[in-house]
Amino acid sequence: MAKVKTRRQLAVETAVLAPLDWIDERTGAVRGTKWFLFRNVPRDISWAQTLGFATLIAFAAQALTGAILAMYYKPSSEIDPTTGKPIAYASIEHITSELTLGWLVRGMHRWGASVFVILLFLHMGRVFLFGAYKYPRELQWITGVLLLVTGMLMGFTGYLLPWDQTAYWATVVGINLNGTAPFAGPWLAQFLAGGPEIGADTLAKWYALHMLLIPGAVIALIGVHLYLVTRLGVVSPPWSKEQAGRIRGEAPAPEGAREGLVRGSGGGD
Amino acid sequence: MSDNGNDTPHLPGPSLWPIAFAIGVALLLLGLVISWLVALIGAIVAVVFGLLWGRDATGEVRAEAPPIQPETPADDPGAVEGAVQETLPGYTRSRFLEASLIGLAGGMGAVLTLPVLGFMVLPSFTNVEEDEADLGPLENFPEGQYVIATYLAVPAQGEVTRRTAFVRNNGPTDDGEPSFTILYSRCVHLGCPVQPNGPIDETAMTEIEGGVELRPVLAQSFGCPCHGGQYDAEGNRTAGPPVRSMDRYTFSIRNGRLVLGELYAVGNVSGAGANATISRYPWSVPGTHVDGVSAWLYPIVPSQVTG
Repeated sequence: MAKVKTRRQLAVETAVLAPLDWIDERTGAVRGTKWFLFRNVPRDISWAQTLGFATLIAFAAQALTGAILAMYYKPSSEIDPTTGKPIAYASIEHITSELTLGWLVRGMHRWGASVFVILLFLHMGRVFLFGAYKYPRELQWITGVLLLVTGMLMGFTGYLLPWDQTAYWATVVGINLNGTAPFAGPWLAQFLAGGPEIGADTLAKWYALHMLLIPGAVIALIGVHLYLVTRLGVVSPPWSKEQAGRIRGEAPAPEGAREGLVRGSGGGD
Repeated sequence: MSDNGNDTPHLPGPSLWPIAFAIGVALLLLGLVISWLVALIGAIVAVVFGLLWGRDATGEVRAEAPPIQPETPADDPGAVEGAVQETLPGYTRSRFLEASLIGLAGGMGAVLTLPVLGFMVLPSFTNVEEDEADLGPLENFPEGQYVIATYLAVPAQGEVTRRTAFVRNNGPTDDGEPSFTILYSRCVHLGCPVQPNGPIDETAMTEIEGGVELRPVLAQSFGCPCHGGQYDAEGNRTAGPPVRSMDRYTFSIRNGRLVLGELYAVGNVSGAGANATISRYPWSVPGTHVDGVSAWLYPIVPSQVTG
């Protein structure tokens, strides 16, 4: 059936595939990529199932723009004696109004933060309404909730960095909100503020939390979350006409397989 | 290769002598520093046990290896006589190595992370006491009137430590002692900056050395711009969400100057001015109750521990 390939086509194919084979033989990278990306999905999925990937892209955009912003931002609450302004706030002004394209990248990061959090909630709503958190995907839900928490922490810690009046007092309120938690609250508040009140070390501390510690946790959690998605596959919507647990034309699910588990999810294991 | 014809690695039989040999070497080296006697003992120990070790290690080569009893005797009745039957001891070498590796790695992890975690957390709770703030001569505080005083709590750290207090000279008490009502400007709802409910006369501002600024106001009540908390002249809540009365400072008077002491939380104030009765508690973050049943939610606050 397949067309017979000419000698030239074969030569080109070999030239392309040989390096890939060389890499794959040593790393398994090609097989891994296929396992990760080229999966079977239920035939009746829709745009709703793209929200998770959209959230991932939103996070990638935040990571990228944040890394570049870090090249120009200075997390110091000291007053610059020549301008009379705090150094952090002055560096934000510098990024926004002086550096070429700084306004754009800062805007992407600032608005992208909202996009990220909104997408987190939309994705969570989709998973909840579709029942996609059920067996065997409970750990995906749990890592997802942890991602929600760390994502919100990103927003909380990032809000202080412009070091203007809004940022400062909103953070004071946020810290004290944490402080009202029973028992550990006052301790948590004092840890967050770096003392009884926001002080000279607080801004740098929040900067480190915002761009090193919390993103590290987010990336690790995303890794687990994506691994689970790849291993367990995408779930059919609840109104699916396909019989759950079966792919068209394939033998029924083996003995012991539970309903709702999508089979043939790209060789999950 | 030798004639055993298999790939199993050759290991000498088990021997305890290397430990004693090592002790001997250690003694020898120690003795070089301490005394010749110790060095001599060490040398003898090292030589003796070194020889014993050598005898053990070369035993297989010199003579027929003595049969070594397995640590747990084979108890499999189905074992075929003559078949290669490997009976693993209950606690094998590999399991020991595995456990020591995990233990070692865990220890290394702890040695690394504990100081780092401590460094992350402890500076927020240690050495957080602030110096007393000198607000200048008493003449700047007219009797019965509030003065907005801003000062640097830690001058070395600069403007980020600027705090605001509302200071009212109450005049002398019945005992003739000076009396001041000094409220901390932070709202005890969630910590926003409380403002006097009246105009501030910027032209009447007095500056004192050390970054202190004094602005007299006529207002005798305060309001918070964030969520609408309202306080009366004694710092008692009159409206809005605050959960206690405004925090206050202790004070002292030195050489005719007003000096701010530590901050404390106030449950409620009855009476007014010099004759006020203040229910005083250790300072805690805004939004936490210091009295009543709700205070049970905050049994220990940092200021009780770190002062």
